[in-house]
Amino acid sequence: MSPSAIALTVIFIIVVSGSALGFYAGTRHKMSLEQWTVGSRGFGPLLMWLLMAGETYTTFSFLGASGWAYSRGGPALYILGYLPLASVIAYFILPPIWELGRVHGLQTQPDFFLAQYGNKYLAAFVAVVGVVFIIPYLLIQLIGLGIIVEIASFGAIGHTQAMIIAVVLLGGFVFVSGIRAVAWVSVPKDILMVVASVTIGIAIPGIYFGGIGKMFAALASAHPSHLLMPGSTTNLGHSWYISSVLLSALGLSMWPHGFAATFTAKSAETIRRNTIVMPMYNLSLAFIFFAGFTAYLVIPGLSNGDLSMLTLVRKTFPAWMLGLLGGAGALTAMVPAAVHILTASTLFSKNLCRPIFAPKMTDDQVAKLARIVVVVLSLISLMVAMYSSLSLVSLLLLGYAGVTQFFPGVVLSLFWTRVRMEGVFAGLVAGVACATVLILGNHDPFHGINAGFLALCLNFGIAVLLSLVQPVPTGR
Amino acid sequence: MKRPSLWAIVVALIPFCAMCFSVAAWDRVYPMLLGLPFNLFWLLSWIVLTSVCLGIVYRIETPRTAKPEPRSGERSP
Repeated sequence: MSPSAIALTVIFIIVVSGSALGFYAGTRHKMSLEQWTVGSRGFGPLLMWLLMAGETYTTFSFLGASGWAYSRGGPALYILGYLPLASVIAYFILPPIWELGRVHGLQTQPDFFLAQYGNKYLAAFVAVVGVVFIIPYLLIQLIGLGIIVEIASFGAIGHTQAMIIAVVLLGGFVFVSGIRAVAWVSVPKDILMVVASVTIGIAIPGIYFGGIGKMFAALASAHPSHLLMPGSTTNLGHSWYISSVLLSALGLSMWPHGFAATFTAKSAETIRRNTIVMPMYNLSLAFIFFAGFTAYLVIPGLSNGDLSMLTLVRKTFPAWMLGLLGGAGALTAMVPAAVHILTASTLFSKNLCRPIFAPKMTDDQVAKLARIVVVVLSLISLMVAMYSSLSLVSLLLLGYAGVTQFFPGVVLSLFWTRVRMEGVFAGLVAGVACATVLILGNHDPFHGINAGFLALCLNFGIAVLLSLVQPVPTGR
Repeated sequence: MKRPSLWAIVVALIPFCAMCFSVAAWDRVYPMLLGLPFNLFWLLSWIVLTSVCLGIVYRIETPRTAKPEPRSGERSP
């Protein structure tokens, strides 16, 4: 067999076994709307942890982090900075969010805003922003999947065809099973992923330089500035690092899918314990950075940094190893993509369509509509993915610029009784508008500061000011 | 909602100071420790220390809660 046939076969076997596990888990349970979206709130600590960890460990960290270590250098370290800090934020805000979810029977993020602020238009706007800014995250997974298939086929399968294959598989996967399947596929995927990254992070520097320390010594003497900020960029310095770390750390718990996942936990105590150990999970990301930095020395000059990790693996290891890694990477893309697409379709049908346009819909009709939206969204993402030229990390930062705008509304409602719906609504609109204008106008970073972070400050300021000018509420 | 105690917030801010605001102080290549550039080594150490800080926050907060919450399972609706 040719190397590409071996690699593709191994990937195929891994993806099919993973999907089969998902389908199996999906068919064993009758799917009501609540079952489909939050798994009936019955997840124990282990499954919950895998669900949360699996969603953190995406194509973004796998191909994107190594890609930025390769193409940008030092600024990629922001990823190691923000993930642990996001757990600190999560420790404080997720338990009360879960508690409210239990009390009010909440399933989605707009549900939460509706319960806290009692305005269906605010909730619908939250749904729209959620759907729009989860798409860049979905694109990361699709583009990543495309990269894997492309490289594993040694170029025989084009990017476009690869992504069509990815979308078809993904759509089918989500369509049949829902979130419980996603949680179960996380199990083999996470194990494979951690094993593969550690192996590669140690083996690749070992093969080319005789060890991780020697690789860094070589890099530090040849290109010392690549290891620091702004690395191989001109505008990603320390102020960018601080603003991006803050934006992302505050935003991680604001992803609509993360919010929904919180409601699936068994107790607030489960969540607290999870978030305490969660930072440790990010240690395995170090190995991905080792691989990315090695690639910078061994295969310099790739125009797309996101290809560097797999290109180096292909150059270094036998084809089956490339297949193993590609398979793990493919599941790593499919699992979160399924979560994203499922969340977006639920937001669209449950929190936008029904309350605003068709109040008479039954839960069953909403569940049906959600499935149709899955198909439509998959197709839209496929179109966008074919034309996107942003790096994977840039796509994620784009998503964060949007979803972090939920942070003021969520946190103020939890800890500040004087907060008012008008202030939060106006702040959210202003924040989203500001982030959109700055980013689309190519002003990110804006004077060295992450544009999404500036928008967040504006949003927070407006929410607080407009709440303060309102009379103090008498009840509540 | 019950607000976290002052001490819990102070401890929780430590990782933010160490990994975020102080970046200019530790973003350097040397001294290399365990073969890693200093900035990478610093961040990896603080990944572990962040968990430690959260563990401390948990200790501070738990006695304030009336009783440890019911064991998982008793509450499922």
